[in-house]
Amino acid sequence: MWNFFKQLASPPHFYRLAATIIPWLAVPGLLLIAYGAYAGLFLAPEDYQQGDAYRIIYVHVPAAYLSMMAYMFMALGGAIGLVWRMKLAHAVGAAAAPLGAAFTFLALVTGSIWGRPMWGTWWEWGDPRLTSELILLFLYFGYMALRSAIDDTAKADKASAVLALVGVVNVVVVHFSVEWWSSLHQGQTLFKKGGPGMDAEMLYPLIAMIVGFTLVFGALLARRIRTEVLHRERRTRWVREMILSPAGGR
Amino acid sequence: MDAMTMGNYGVYVWSSFGLTFAVIILSDWRSRIHHNRIYRDIEVRIKALEERQ
Repeated sequence: MWNFFKQLASPPHFYRLAATIIPWLAVPGLLLIAYGAYAGLFLAPEDYQQGDAYRIIYVHVPAAYLSMMAYMFMALGGAIGLVWRMKLAHAVGAAAAPLGAAFTFLALVTGSIWGRPMWGTWWEWGDPRLTSELILLFLYFGYMALRSAIDDTAKADKASAVLALVGVVNVVVVHFSVEWWSSLHQGQTLFKKGGPGMDAEMLYPLIAMIVGFTLVFGALLARRIRTEVLHRERRTRWVREMILSPAGGR
Repeated sequence: MDAMTMGNYGVYVWSSFGLTFAVIILSDWRSRIHHNRIYRDIEVRIKALEERQ
């Protein structure tokens, strides 16, 4: 098992492996998104309270879930990089940050678009879910700004890993905010006690969207890690050999 | 036509879907451009070194 992780963490091995797995993640991911979007927009019935406005959840929920998952990748990468000094782990953290920021932005904007017709306002500062999600976006910006402010990659890795680990507290707050405090945002729907609080016709497209977005996120992350690895290893022998080989290594 | 208007919520629903897919496509496109640029820079540097040797 240890040998498997050791081999996986080897930059040249991961670089080649990622090129192979990207289409295996992207193609089923895109197919699931195509089904989920079609069924969510055209086949799922109208909500008896929210009308058709509820269909925004088919993009909002996957984006919100990935905004937190990307942060956990970043923090886990930072922790593994700090403890085991694994170079690839820091590359995972650096690659996950822009994606996490993009999905957090989407969660905030689509949530705001949904809030306008449902709550009568684009934004509510007093709401714990909205505010903690906004703090998450600032944490991503802070992480990326910190990395780009430090020229030495090893120092940037360490400093950003510490920031990522400290910020995990906010991910916990984002997740439990609707249970801990009174919030305009609705509570748990999918994982609440007694099963999901949705009709199957609405639920299946949502599950397809969540799984599809996760697979596409995996493909996007793998591509970004490859780029990060290539940049970090640009002066190494394996990169030189790969580029000079007839097959190349794009 | 109902699919477009979405019971008067069409602007909200379609803009959410459009923005989401636009951001994902843009993210993928930018990451491809970034990867190709880094690859090309390394390729140019290595080939220049090879020629000098």
